[in-house]
Amino acid sequence: MLWDALTFQLGYNATLVAIGATLLGISAGVTGTFLFLRKRALVSDAISHATLPGVCLAFMALVALGGDGRNLIGLLAGSAVSAWIGLLCMNWLTRHTRLAEDAAIGAVLSVFFGLGIVLLTVIQTMGVGRQAGLEGFLLGSTAGMLWADALIIAIGGAATLMLVMIIRRPMMMVAFDPEFAAARGLPVHRIDLAMMGLVMAVTVVGLKIVGLILIVALLIIPPVTARFWSERSDRVVLLAGLAGGLAGYLGAAMSASAPNLPTGPIIVLVSFGFFALSLLLAPVRGVLAAILRHLRFQRRVHIRQGLLALAQGQKIYEPLTLRLLRRAGIVRADGVATEAGKARAAKALRDEKRWELVRSDQAHEATAALYDGLRDIETVLTRDQIAEIDRRIGGPQGVLT
Amino acid sequence: MLELAAVQGVSVEDQGIDNSPLAIRGLTVSYGQKPAVFSVDMTVHPGAMTAIIGPNGAGKSTLLKAALGIVPPLSGQVTVYGQPLGQQRAHIAYVPQRASVDWDFPTRVIDVVLMGLSRELGLLGRIRARHMARALDCLHRVGMRDFADRQIGQLSGGQQQRVFLARALAQGADLYLLDEPFAGVDAATEKAIIAVLKSLKEAGKTVVVVHHDLVTVTDYFDHVFLINTRKVAEGPVAEAFTAETLQAAYGGRLATAQIDQISRALG
Amino acid sequence: MSGEEFVPLSLTPLLIGTFAAIACALPGNFLVLRKQALIGDAISHVVLPGIVVAFLLTGVISTWPMMLGAAGAAVVAVVMIEAIRRLGQIEPGAAMGVVFTTMFAGGVLLLEQTDTSAVHLDVEHALYGNLESLIWLDATGWSSLLDWEALAGLPPELPRITLTLAGVILFTWLFWRPLKISTFDEGFARTIGIRTGALGMALVITAAIAAVAAFDAVGSIIVIAMFICPPAAARMMTNRLETQIIWSVVFAITSAVLGYVLAGYGPLWLGSGDAVSAAGMIATISGLILALAAVFGPCRTRAGAPSSA
Repeated sequence: MLWDALTFQLGYNATLVAIGATLLGISAGVTGTFLFLRKRALVSDAISHATLPGVCLAFMALVALGGDGRNLIGLLAGSAVSAWIGLLCMNWLTRHTRLAEDAAIGAVLSVFFGLGIVLLTVIQTMGVGRQAGLEGFLLGSTAGMLWADALIIAIGGAATLMLVMIIRRPMMMVAFDPEFAAARGLPVHRIDLAMMGLVMAVTVVGLKIVGLILIVALLIIPPVTARFWSERSDRVVLLAGLAGGLAGYLGAAMSASAPNLPTGPIIVLVSFGFFALSLLLAPVRGVLAAILRHLRFQRRVHIRQGLLALAQGQKIYEPLTLRLLRRAGIVRADGVATEAGKARAAKALRDEKRWELVRSDQAHEATAALYDGLRDIETVLTRDQIAEIDRRIGGPQGVLT
Repeated sequence: MLELAAVQGVSVEDQGIDNSPLAIRGLTVSYGQKPAVFSVDMTVHPGAMTAIIGPNGAGKSTLLKAALGIVPPLSGQVTVYGQPLGQQRAHIAYVPQRASVDWDFPTRVIDVVLMGLSRELGLLGRIRARHMARALDCLHRVGMRDFADRQIGQLSGGQQQRVFLARALAQGADLYLLDEPFAGVDAATEKAIIAVLKSLKEAGKTVVVVHHDLVTVTDYFDHVFLINTRKVAEGPVAEAFTAETLQAAYGGRLATAQIDQISRALG
Repeated sequence: MSGEEFVPLSLTPLLIGTFAAIACALPGNFLVLRKQALIGDAISHVVLPGIVVAFLLTGVISTWPMMLGAAGAAVVAVVMIEAIRRLGQIEPGAAMGVVFTTMFAGGVLLLEQTDTSAVHLDVEHALYGNLESLIWLDATGWSSLLDWEALAGLPPELPRITLTLAGVILFTWLFWRPLKISTFDEGFARTIGIRTGALGMALVITAAIAAVAAFDAVGSIIVIAMFICPPAAARMMTNRLETQIIWSVVFAITSAVLGYVLAGYGPLWLGSGDAVSAAGMIATISGLILALAAVFGPCRTRAGAPSSA
């Protein structure tokens, strides 16, 4: 069943949904990356909730004009207008009042949504009888999607993607360092608005498939996922598009393969699956890698401190230090240093002296900046340089083992 | 020789721990993979004014914050008057770096100073006339008595710094820790703060200040602690604040001309 | 309007709406000041999965399992947000976005998968509540307030939100000083021995409990308006925290009462027959109050402080 869905053999509607969801996932992932790198991920939450009153008003207007209230283009246009108004409200609140952005986001999100709910109940009492479709915009509803709807989503998604590609450079500069961008003469405020406009476009396009509450997930989760795998912004953008597209495709296929699997939530959960895997397993930024690194680092710190304490005849207070020293064969079970331990302790102290000299000597300034208390001096200086330093320190030689 | 010392655990420095207002042993703090402070020992001399100095990013503030338990250390121990930090909070007052709070917070100057009395007031204790009088007196000592009802965001940087010093005074502590109190303040404020600190010292209190202006060290302080990730030197100004120790702490980062200037100031 | 009509039909929803608004506004003040307003957003989204899981585990729709489930979900969400933020080195907003959307999606999925048609639990209801339905059928007029038999027929939501409000007030009163200090200057709070981590968590749990209790009345999204709008508007009115709290309560009550009345009678005045969503109207009114405060409030702009040294 799932295989059939994945290979587009589950019928016309499922195929439409899968193609639409894939395109949506790609454009949401790519667009969301800029938002995420700008550290304004949750602005998308305000934008998406702010679409609701627009949808309702557009429906009412369409009906009042005698048209079909469910005309997708009309509804999406309405949602775009109200999302844009919500965005302007949010910007105004953060720029002209003492409210921080988080409070402004929350206020716009909840008030616009509340107003939308009021309008929704007004529509329910209008007795038009065809309002059922509007609730679908909350959580998305792909049942009975029409060819025209899919076409709108596909065109909208592709257009957004193209726009993103056109203005990606200025957006990236603003996301990376707004002050530098402003100094370079870029209109930061306008670029921010353009970024938000693109987010809004993705939101509007995605309303039909995943709904306004969950579209946020498509804008946030793939970029966060992609960030684990690369330090280069252009790659993050690509990976986010890939993760988003894949989640959209797999999610839509899975939801088509069994009953009672709503498309929007499944796409979000698949996306989260990718995120969770990345969080745990990514090679550098992943949790497992970080834990291993931290343990190794902590071990190095404790052993180094222990060695220095031994060499200077100081008492070692930390139980963890003693345990690590014992395990490394530096001290015996009773806390007395072994022969090897003594040699290493003497070497550590000697290194410390060498570093001291390096750090107070202007000639070694670049090297001195590398000092972190742990680095072996052999890794930054040549044997000759070390010999030269040892000559200046004086005292016993031959601990360079 | 090595074994003996390790077993008995006696070193010269250990003897000062019991009566030192603040003793730090083997403290390492790391943000990520690079230690900001590495294996630092520090024994603050009671009743002295000590400056913690070192180049930017040398771990001065981190040392203070870790000593106070604001940032978690990777290893090491801190004792305050011979006891673990947790039981000794009442003896310590801390003045944070100025930029670290939200200046738009809805609170007045007097409210900030009253926060210094919160240990005494407990959860629900009412603020009585004597508390108010004490808070106002602390404001008076820093020359901010007339600003008691202002919102803190309406003050200048130097005035804000003085309010935080007043809060520390209200705590009635024995050990005062200040993080860069002179950074970005006007001359009047610097004078006011140093006068208060000197009066604290005369009253037998211990004062530790993270300081960045090398030229004023000899005027203001009697002890110094030089740090650059590791401890460089520690002791009375005359012994520990020398051209050699400065060179060791600042390395190439301090121009030779500056060192000359300071050594001349040192005489 | 006469007591015969007002007491059974409007008194209880009005009280429930008002109490819910206050219970959310109180912790909301601190959330807004801590720049954690969106924690309210996250909490309100995860209430749904919490309640669904509680229902799946117990098989019944009853108050306490649902309260526990939702509070548990809030704690899980906060822990996950913190974990992702720290372990993945991701900014808090994005970490929140990842967690609450995922948990919400999980909740919707579970709801679709289980047969809850027999019980009163559906997504729309969860999203925007049903304040109007919380009526007191046993009441006949003001005299019913003294009639034990009629009082027994009060909608259970009323005692629940009353108890919650009492708890929230108690928490705020008891921990007023540490909350204020740790919100203003967390480093200082730690040096005087306040356990800021535990206190922050307690604040979030309090907010979560308020959100759950308010959930019946106004649904999970509009709760955010209760958390944010009255405190944000109050922020524009004063430079003292004590006064700000009072303003926020006033605004919360105004939104709830005005919102309920307008939703019920506004359409009648406009000549339409049916009422609109009271919860939505309450959020709308709270937004209007915020807008007015943002334009006219005496303390609406940032204090003229040098932002950095």
